[in-house]
Amino acid sequence: MVFSQLSYKTQKKILIVSFLIIPLALLLTFGYLPLFNLFRYSFHRWNGYSKDMEFVGLKNYIRFFSEPEYFQVFKNSLYYFAGSFIQTSLALFFAAILSTKVKGRNFFKGVIFFPSLLNSVAIGFIFLYFFKPDGTFDTVLQAIGLEGIIHYWIRNPRIINVSLAGTSVWRYLGGSFIIFLGAMQSIPPSFYEAAEIDGANKWRQFKYITFPSIKRIVELMMILAVSGSIRVFETPRIMTRGGNGSMTFVLQTMETAFESQKYGLASAMGIILLIIVVLVTLLQKWLFAEREELA
Amino acid sequence: MRKKNLGISIFFKYTVLVLAALAVIIPVLVVFFAAFKISDEYNKTGPLTIPSNWLNFENFKTAIIRGQMYIGLINTVIVVAVSVFGAVILGTMVAYTLNRFEFKGRKVVLHAFLLAVLIPSVTTQVATFKVIQFLQIYNTRMAGIILFMGTDIIAITIFLQFMNSISVSLDESAMLDGASYFTIYAKIILPLTKPAIATVCIIKGVAIYNDFYIPFLYMPKKELQVISTSLYKFIGPYGAHWEIICAAIAVAIVPTLIVFLSLQRFFYNGFTAGAVKQ
Repeated sequence: MVFSQLSYKTQKKILIVSFLIIPLALLLTFGYLPLFNLFRYSFHRWNGYSKDMEFVGLKNYIRFFSEPEYFQVFKNSLYYFAGSFIQTSLALFFAAILSTKVKGRNFFKGVIFFPSLLNSVAIGFIFLYFFKPDGTFDTVLQAIGLEGIIHYWIRNPRIINVSLAGTSVWRYLGGSFIIFLGAMQSIPPSFYEAAEIDGANKWRQFKYITFPSIKRIVELMMILAVSGSIRVFETPRIMTRGGNGSMTFVLQTMETAFESQKYGLASAMGIILLIIVVLVTLLQKWLFAEREELA
Repeated sequence: MRKKNLGISIFFKYTVLVLAALAVIIPVLVVFFAAFKISDEYNKTGPLTIPSNWLNFENFKTAIIRGQMYIGLINTVIVVAVSVFGAVILGTMVAYTLNRFEFKGRKVVLHAFLLAVLIPSVTTQVATFKVIQFLQIYNTRMAGIILFMGTDIIAITIFLQFMNSISVSLDESAMLDGASYFTIYAKIILPLTKPAIATVCIIKGVAIYNDFYIPFLYMPKKELQVISTSLYKFIGPYGAHWEIICAAIAVAIVPTLIVFLSLQRFFYNGFTAGAVKQ
């Protein structure tokens, strides 16, 4: 019996089941099952492989909040948080410039966007080379007469997070930029022509035409950048392994699990992070809903 | 007065653009400088000095052959190709079913996929690791492939939105000709979804090529290393030889550069589509 000879009703049933079964199985196995297990582990003391898991109730959560060693890594996310503001503003700024008439527009657009396509380890190494003593940065500073501010950019615990957050800005700026640029280009040119006739200058055009039209995208990108700054781990993992005071929350979680074999505690940390990220996302939804009611 | 202001603003505009371009280009360009220097030359010259011989490919040879980056290149091609192919097939299947059919549980399935976005995968990694171990695919290519292709909502949303714009009357006229639902999917929907497929291929391809942690965590075996993990290994043994590390970095960057320069338009469209739907 050939598939096409079946009635459409039967075909539909077979197709729905056969087309959805694998994706749903993957979604459950790698999306929801880990979440469920993470929740379960977080109430146990467990080393990750032994057969017995000891139920300890909320102990892992209490331990996390009572030991400053675990808790204080949140401080480091503030650097990335600040970085995400700089990143969004710069992206907006360059998008605004490049949405006007500029010679070599495609070149500048491509160059600013390019870092967001680069391999994560390559970026980490590029900036290790950039920040190392007598590396690129020091040489450039010397060339422009600023050798006085040279530091151990990566070794000094007081500067390291600024250097790493700067690397993140370099890496992610292009992504936000290209999205802003796309949004700005979808604004009808007639708006600007009308403003031009009314004698509005560039800044006023930006303030009254461009910004209001892309406000939602800016808000969205801002939220993504903020929730991203809580989740940072790739850059510090590759560049410093969290050393010299550059530990981040996710990095700490991974180490607690995979190096210290404290799966229960690590799972509790995972759940805490999850709650924070969900709260930020809900806050965003709520803010948007609020705005829409007002509008 | 107005003219003068205009002159200043044009000057300002180009100055910041050039500065931005330099800030992007210099850190990358100096890596290429170092990659072409011989060890002695590297030690004696600063990072901003151009190499004396642009045809010195020794460091690249060392990186690719002795540093075994060729293993990484091969594995990356396999993992990217299979995962992207899988993501496209599974994603279009889900989107086709959800977009074209009304059935019990449709809403539940749709929301199950949408809600999963809220779970940041880095947070659940601890538990995902155990699942991978349980399935006995730890330290196989399958681990990376299945994680890259499985839990992706962005692809599904892009496909869903695209299929929404494909008229149902096309399906109906094919049905009058006796085409099965499967034929409609394979012969009508898939070809028409090509632009969305191109978008997904680019977003996923770039993301997988650049990812470090999944291969690092789930495929640590040397024969399974991909570009990122093979590059990562250079920091230990070649720590004193930045000219070789730089060649290795260049090897990881050049494919991205070539693909980007040849497919620029797709990249811009893809990234805009991908991000807005996140």
